[in-house]
Amino acid sequence: MAVRVGVVVFPGTNCEHDVAEALERLGGQAQLVWHTTTSLDGLDALVLPGGFAHGDYLRPGAIARFSPVMAAVNEFARAGGPVVGICNGFQVLTEAHLLPGALQKNRGLTFLCQMVELEVASDRSALTAGLVPGRRLRVPVNHFEGNYTASAEVLAALESEGRVVLRYVTNPNGSAHDIAGVCNEAGNVVGLMPHPERASGELLGSSDGLLLLEPLLGRAAGWRGQSTSGPQLLVSGASNP
Amino acid sequence: MAEFEVLVEVQLRPGIADPQGATIERALPALGFSGVSGVRAGKAFRLRVEAAGAAEAREVAEALSTRLLANPVIEQATVSVLTLGEAGPVLG
Repeated sequence: MAVRVGVVVFPGTNCEHDVAEALERLGGQAQLVWHTTTSLDGLDALVLPGGFAHGDYLRPGAIARFSPVMAAVNEFARAGGPVVGICNGFQVLTEAHLLPGALQKNRGLTFLCQMVELEVASDRSALTAGLVPGRRLRVPVNHFEGNYTASAEVLAALESEGRVVLRYVTNPNGSAHDIAGVCNEAGNVVGLMPHPERASGELLGSSDGLLLLEPLLGRAAGWRGQSTSGPQLLVSGASNP
Repeated sequence: MAEFEVLVEVQLRPGIADPQGATIERALPALGFSGVSGVRAGKAFRLRVEAAGAAEAREVAEALSTRLLANPVIEQATVSVLTLGEAGPVLG
């Protein structure tokens, strides 16, 4: 049975179909999940795609964090389910405190829409499992607020725990430590500014994004195996989604 | 209960780079304004809060500022209670 990935759609999200197509190209089954949904039963992974959730009003992700679906996303993540936030989705995950830090306006106040070169910094995450650290990938970015910021203590912890997942080879936006993506302690929640779904075929100039989405499907399949064999006890007190 | 006009100012924490403020500051000399420094860009919100007193109105505004109006990772909020109850003038 194909891995079922929920693609969360907020008002203003605009990359959901691209993400769904990229996942299905890899043999996954994508299901769009509207932001008022409160049950994520039957899903093996979640992607929060890019766009402008709730118009990016106040700050990107600040209102989306209070969408009804986010309580279920939180529970899914805490039970060990793989959750990936891409671009605006990354901003939502930081605002929801599922990932540390914040995404600030780009250094130079320039909206960036370009192909960038990334380096795999850690294979600890749901997106990079199996990729050799140091490997370079070409994946485009498309953002105004992608300048990753966190306190010195948080940055030190991310570095020492192998939770910096991807770095820019040439920093385009001022991100601390050239960070393009980070993960949580367990590696199941990952956020990144570049768009893997826009590097999902040679016609798009790169298919390196598929190298990131493939491990996600693998982790989702593994997690489903666990979740159907008994209650989730990866985090004490977490309930089975 | 009375209604209090509250001003919440949100700005980046000290030490967090503010490219918007820096860009504004660099533009000032071209307009003939010299000797202006320390420009920081931020946001302002005006709210009306129903509360028993000014202290309670401030508490409510501070709580919602921390939870929603500001992202404490990079921003800080300053709360000012502008009016003293229902008969007070609305400033500004």
